[in-house]
Parts: sequence; C-alpha cells; structure tokens
Amino acid sequence: MSGKVEISLAVNGETIEALVAPRTTLADFLRQDIQLTGTHTGCEMGVCGACLVLLDDRPVHACLMFAVQADGCAVETVEGLTLRRAIDDLQKAFHERNALQCGFCTPGMLVSAYGILASGGEPDRDGIRDALSGNYCRCTGYESIVDAIETTVRQRRQHVEEEKA
Amino acid sequence: MNAFAGSIDRPNSYIGRSVSRPNAKRLLEGRGRYVTDLVLPRMLHAAFVRSPYAHGKIVSIDIEEAKALSGVRAVFTGEDLASICAPWTGTLDHFTNMKSPPQVPLPLEKVMWSGQPVVLIVADSRAIAEDAAELVIVDIEELPALADPVEAMSAAAMSQELADNICFATKLDSGGVEEAFDAADTTVEQSFIFGRHTAVTLEPRAIVADYDPSENRLTAHHATQTPYQFQDVYSRHYGIPEANVRVIAPDIGGSFGMKLHVYHEEMAVVGASILLGRPIKYVADRMESFVSDIHARDHRVTGRLALDRDGRITAMDVDDVTAIGAFSSYPRTSAVEGNQVIRLMGAPYDFSSYRANLSVVFQNKVQTSQYRAVGHPIACAVTESLVDAAARELSLDPFEIRERNLIPDSSYPRTSPTGYQFEKLSHQVCLARLKSIMNYDALRAEQAGLRQKGILRGIGIALFVEITNPSPAFYGVGGARISAQDGAILKLTPSGEVHCSISVTEQGQGTETIIGQIVADQLGIDREKVRVMTGDTDTTPHGGATWACRGAGIGGETALQAARKLKANLLAVAGLILQARPGELDIRADWIVEAVTGQQRISLAEVARIAFFRSDTLPPETQAQLSVAHHYAPQGYPFAFTNGAQGCLVEVDAETGFVKILKHWVVEDCGRIINPLLVDEQVRGGVVQGLGAAFFEECLYNEEGQLTNGSLADYLVPMACEMPDIEISHVETPTRDTELGAKGCGEAGTAAASAAAMNAVNDALVGHGAVLTQIPMTPTRILKALGTI
Ligand code: FES
Ligand code: FES
Repeated sequence: MSGKVEISLAVNGETIEALVAPRTTLADFLRQDIQLTGTHTGCEMGVCGACLVLLDDRPVHACLMFAVQADGCAVETVEGLTLRRAIDDLQKAFHERNALQCGFCTPGMLVSAYGILASGGEPDRDGIRDALSGNYCRCTGYESIVDAIETTVRQRRQHVEEEKA
Repeated sequence: MNAFAGSIDRPNSYIGRSVSRPNAKRLLEGRGRYVTDLVLPRMLHAAFVRSPYAHGKIVSIDIEEAKALSGVRAVFTGEDLASICAPWTGTLDHFTNMKSPPQVPLPLEKVMWSGQPVVLIVADSRAIAEDAAELVIVDIEELPALADPVEAMSAAAMSQELADNICFATKLDSGGVEEAFDAADTTVEQSFIFGRHTAVTLEPRAIVADYDPSENRLTAHHATQTPYQFQDVYSRHYGIPEANVRVIAPDIGGSFGMKLHVYHEEMAVVGASILLGRPIKYVADRMESFVSDIHARDHRVTGRLALDRDGRITAMDVDDVTAIGAFSSYPRTSAVEGNQVIRLMGAPYDFSSYRANLSVVFQNKVQTSQYRAVGHPIACAVTESLVDAAARELSLDPFEIRERNLIPDSSYPRTSPTGYQFEKLSHQVCLARLKSIMNYDALRAEQAGLRQKGILRGIGIALFVEITNPSPAFYGVGGARISAQDGAILKLTPSGEVHCSISVTEQGQGTETIIGQIVADQLGIDREKVRVMTGDTDTTPHGGATWACRGAGIGGETALQAARKLKANLLAVAGLILQARPGELDIRADWIVEAVTGQQRISLAEVARIAFFRSDTLPPETQAQLSVAHHYAPQGYPFAFTNGAQGCLVEVDAETGFVKILKHWVVEDCGRIINPLLVDEQVRGGVVQGLGAAFFEECLYNEEGQLTNGSLADYLVPMACEMPDIEISHVETPTRDTELGAKGCGEAGTAAASAAAMNAVNDALVGHGAVLTQIPMTPTRILKALGTI
C-alpha cells in the first residue's frame, strides 16, 4: 500500500485537513474517517445511489470517487443539507408521505431530489421517476417518493409565485 | 371480541389513523444508526476468502503469507471455529424424514457452493483484511457441480452424511382427483419455471460481535429482524449462558426475511470475537451479498385443473420440485417455502379434490430460504395462470370464471383441502371491489380499440390468500426455538409519559409507530408521550420479533393488552387519590376523567408525581404498580389468513419484447388497519418486489454452478421509472381471535403481483400463440414465446 496523501476540502462548510490512503473512496472517507455516516453505501459501484453527495453543489457518487479527488472541493452530505436547512421542505414532504421505510436509500434520494429541484425545471411525475433512475429503493414502491418530490416541486413553485405577486 | 372498537373521533383514538412515523425524522436527517455505521474501541474488521468452485474437496489451505501481513491480527480456518462451535442442522421435526447435512462456520473438508466462505481474516481495517485474503492459497480439487434440480434428484448424494439429495418430500391427497379428471369437461395443464431471486436489502448484512472474556459475555450488534432467535443461537452454539448474550438490532436497512437466517459469516465472526476477545465487524459487500445471502424461489411446477362444463373447478393436481442449495437453512429450514406452495395452491377456490407432490432438493448453490411472501407467489401464479388458461379454453371472462369458483364469503369458517383453517375471508367482496376500482369494462373496451391499432395491452388479475400471525404451529412444534409469543414492558415516567419496550422489531415498516399508536390509544394519552423501544434483548422482553406478518397482529395485541393492564393500575391509584371507584374513571387526553361526564379530575402527570415521590400520602399498604410486563401468544386459529385481489395493466411491445407496466391495483383485507398510511406503503413496496420477480430479478447460473450476474449492475432491481402507480383499496375483516383484530399485510403485495403480471402479459399476447409460464418474463423470453427468436 502506498503512503498517505494530504488533502484539504470543505465538508458541510467546515474545512477538513486529512491524510488519506489514495485508495480510500470519498464514501469511506466521509463515513469512516470523519464519521458522517448519513451517507450510505449499497453497491459501491455507482448503481444504487445510496452514497450520493454534493460535490461543488452537484450530486456525485461518493463510492466512485477517491477522497484525494475531492481535494480542494466542497462536499456536502445529508447532514450538511439538513444543517443549513436546504431540504427542510423535502424532508417534511417525505415524512408526511411516509416516503421512506428502512431509510437506507433516503439520504441518496434526498440528494437526488435536491438536484432535481436545484435544476430549476418542474418535472412531472414521469420526469421525477426518470430523474430517480439512479436511486434504488427496496422498501417503498417509489410512488410515495415521487409524491413527496412532486409536492415539494409544487410548493416551491407556489412560493415563487407568491413572492412575485 | 373486538370490544374496544371505539369511534375514531374520540380523543387519543389513534387506531385506524394515518399517523406519520416519529422515527423517520432521524433517518431523514442522516442520523440513522445502522450496524454498518458502528465503531467500537479496539474493533477489528473481517473479510473472507471464498470458494471459487461450486463443489470441491479442500486439499490444503496456506495462510502463512496472509498472517504475516502487517495489520493482520488473525486468520481462521474451519477447524479453529469448529472446535468452539456446535454444528447446526436445518431440519424441523414436524416435517417427517426431513434431512440436511450439519453445518459449521467454515468448511472442514468440502466446499458446497461457489462463494462459500472458507477462510476468515481479521485485520485492523477491512482493506487490509481484503489484501490479506488475496494472499491465502486455497487448493481445492474441483468436483462436478449439481446445478440442475431435476438432475440432482436422481444423482448420487453430494453430502457424505446423506444417502441422496432429497431434503424433504411429501404428498397431499384429499381424494377424488383421478375421478374428477376422468369426469372433467375441460382440463388445463401448464408447466412453470420460477427463477431464483434474492432480497437485495439496500443495506447488506452486517454484524459487530463483541465478546468480553472477563464476564463471558457476548454483545452482538446485528442487522437482523430476530434478535431473540440469535441470542439463543449464539448462546447454544458457543456455550455462553443465554442471559450473557445480548443482541442489539438498531436501525436495519431492509430485511424482508433475508436477515433472519443463520449465516456462516456471522457465526464465524462471533467465534473469532470469542477467540480474540475483541470486537469484530463484518459488513458484506454487494458481491458477497449475492453469493451468500439466501436466495428465494427456484421452483419447477406442473399443475392441472379439472373443470365441469359450467367452468367450475372440480380438482387440482400439482407437482413442485424446489431446489434449495447445499444445506437447508437454520433454524427455519428451507422446506417451509415448498410446504407453503403446495398448501396455498387453489386456496381462494371452492373445490375439494386436491393432490400435490413436493420434492425439496439439494444442489451446489447457496441456500434458498424464507424471503417475503414465502411460497405465496408460486402458489398464486400457478393457480391464477391455470384459472386464466381455463377461462380462455371456456371463453369466459377472467372475472366471470373466478366469480363462479370463489369460496363464498358467507361460508366461513372452513378448512381448505390442504388442511388450512380459514376463519373468515372476503374473496367475493375483494374481487368485486377490484373490478370497480380498475374500471374493468372501460379497460377492456380501450384494449380492444388499441388492439385494432396494433397496440397490445393486457389485463391480468389474481386472487391471493396470505398467511399471517403464525402460532407455535409454525416452528415451535417442529422443535425450533422460535417464539410465537411477544412481550411488552410499559413504564410510566414520573412526568406521566410512557416508555414501551417490546419484542417486535422495526425494519422500516413502522412497527414502533403502530405500537405507539396502540398504547396511546388504549391509555388515552397523546402519542407524543409514548416512546417505543425495540431491538435489544437486554432491554426488551423475549418474543418472536417481526417476521411472517406478525408485528401488528401479535405484537400489536401484546401492546394492547399491556396498555390495558397499565391503565387498570393507573386508574386504581387515581381512585385512591381521588377517593373514587376506578370503574368510574377513565383516562382521556392525559387526564384522569369521570368516565361518564368526561369531567377532568387530575392529570396523569400528577398521579405519577404522587405515586413516585409522595407515596407517603397514599393509603397504607398501597404499592402502586406503574410498570407492567405482559406477554401474549396467539391462540385460536393456528394462523390468521388474509386475502385480497390484484390487477395489472401492461403493454407488450411484440417487436422488442419489452413490457411497460402501466398500472397496478390492489384490494387487500388485513383485518383491522392500525395505520392506513403505513399499510399502503407496505403493500406498494411488496408489489414492487413482486413485479421485480415478474420482470427483472433472477440469479443466473451457468452449468458449473457459477452465479453470473452477482452485482447490482447485472442483477436488475426495479427502478422508479419502470414502476407504475399502484392504487390500493381495503376491505376490513378483523380476526376475532384478538381484541385488536389486526392481521398482517407485509407480504400481500408480493403474494400476487407476479401472478397478476403474468396473466396480464398472457392476456396481451392472446391470439399470438404465446403463453409465458416462466418468470421473470424477460424480453428474450417473451420473444422466444412469440417465436421471434
Ligand atoms: S454505493 Fe455508490 S451508488 Fe451504490
Ligand atoms: S427505504 Fe429502505 S431502501 Fe428505500
């Protein structure tokens, strides 16, 4: 095993300096080295979406990146999004609609949903289902998740319209 | 019974309400605490060297280089663990003549399936353990693998302890089958293949085993749905007093029956922790999950129906060959599924001549065992496909043929020809409801119109019967130490809140929520004031936990009875304080009130304060009992059967073989519904797992017994974009065996989804000379059935 590499990155707004083995994935770094266990791993090959985090505000698979590649970047996890209340409305909609069961896919779903909403578009149900095609959920039937995201899209639009008026 | 059934509008009436889950907020913020997340002081990590062959003799194992790697703390092979672990055998006594070879954590002489763990490495990190695993040299002399179940039936025994490869065989015969077939006006026969699939919980299996030699105490943080069962297993097989074994099952990332079997890896890790006296963590990666989690199904079935000229079924005759891998799983065995398949066949229909043959066969693959809706999808698909085939033969509408054959709702209780006792089912109501929510006639008209344009739509329906609330008849009578009872402890806090610890467990279906609802409802307090704890053998009473749809029906009844016991105690104390008769008091909205007028007398918190801190003011001899423990075991019917009907609408592209699932409907009767929101999502999740089996999911093997699609990129799990909206409707027929009246619903979705889907695809293909009787119905199989390829 080769020696460790020094990296510096912002995680959930805090600067982290760390020594990591080059083979450590970003997912393992977040979960093990800095104990942000909200990010989960279900497949470790970029398929299931449980490990999605934001890298410079774009959803990426933390299992497919090495921690060293995140050097100099801003990483945000479900904990960070929660802390800065960026997904309050999504979390509320998920909760009310029971859009989660075991909760293992949920952080990845929320990061995806954040991405869908941040893109500015207003996808319909089919659009939402399409956009979730990188997120596996084994417990729900997906419908509740689609409902929760749809509700949030609608509420945000209403909010924007109200502000305009 | 069902005496409580009060109005839903009474204060604190939570039974029947869509209450959201308090524990979900934690998970939504990334604050879940899964075993996967757990780190303990001095914890080591485990990795396994696995067999590359499906069958082989172990010639030698060289672990020297692996042991020498920096950071490796120990390397264990079969003997190391077999010397401290009593072997286990997956048989049940009530399955006469059932047999299975004994199992040990790591093999001693032979490997029996590709992916079987052979050597355990324990190191400072998982990465180092994996590095070391690559340095182990296992020399295996490959033996011919028995991959095909039918071949395995007559082949020489692959385990030296057994004379052949038959794990269990049984026959059912209610008589009159030959005569009915001879006299029949119409007979239909089909042969089916049900592939292997697997649970794919999003969180893989995980354990942190922590043995403390100073106290001879084992703590296992184990991602399981059945902590008490594992307390028993670890205690008995490793010789540790049961009271010294603690199993903690915190947040679990899905289980679906898969996480209640004994696996070699978990047993090995527990053994290694005992040998090293340090905590050891093992988390399966996804590839390991595919080769070592139990698989499910794998049946070859032929079925025949005899009918008279009115389309009434007169007899059914089936043969089921099911392959279960190299060993029968422990402690629930791998024969339960086949047994349920042959006993659930034809269940919704009114006929008396039934005959079945079951052969449960060993082969060189990983074990199959109980996974969501054990046996139900097979029995349902065979029955419902044959009924549809008969309808086509007789030119009857699928609804019409079922209406003619269903067991009338007015004819219960009754016993099925396979020996199941049905208390009360509601097939006729469910079928009629399904027809109306599907808007069936309009769908048929639309289908005919589209057919003219060359668009192939198909409508499929299926009825099902589901086994829930299992009594000791399920496992206990077979000698398995699996509890059919549950226990709850309710404690009043000095502030008037309630703490409930209960033996049923939570894997996301909402167990803690419904238990909280029941307790709050029965006590007359705000549900926010009830805290429910599950999943820890040290802090909750012993019980069966959550499996086979028993959480609401049995766990819920336990909570209800416990809450009534506590309420009686609270009213007794309040009566002393108020100098009133307890029978004249009630609890509403956290207050002790006059039962008749509702007039508030004293707050519950005040009663608690007095009882805890000023017992001197209570009459002499008073000992207020503010904690109660209560156990409940089901009595009456051995199982509470539920039933329902599903419909599926698909569009088949005959050019490509692709199927678009347009819509799915479920009518479901699980007795009293405690929380409609949770029930609906349980059912939807179940439907999606059934549709996965119908169209996507299959563990593919080559002839050498190698799994060829063991990754999430190759094994298809249903995704959001492939799944339809699922409409759900309920019928409520409470069981009279309990006060609560609840039955299970967790498997209802899975039970009939693939059957309805199969019937829908075959309906779409009517007139194209193609009938599919194999799932998953992949595009290739559809094109083959169409003769295109
Ligand atoms: S763990 Fe990264 S996509 Fe599955
Ligand atoms: S809630 Fe369990 S995987 Fe989605």
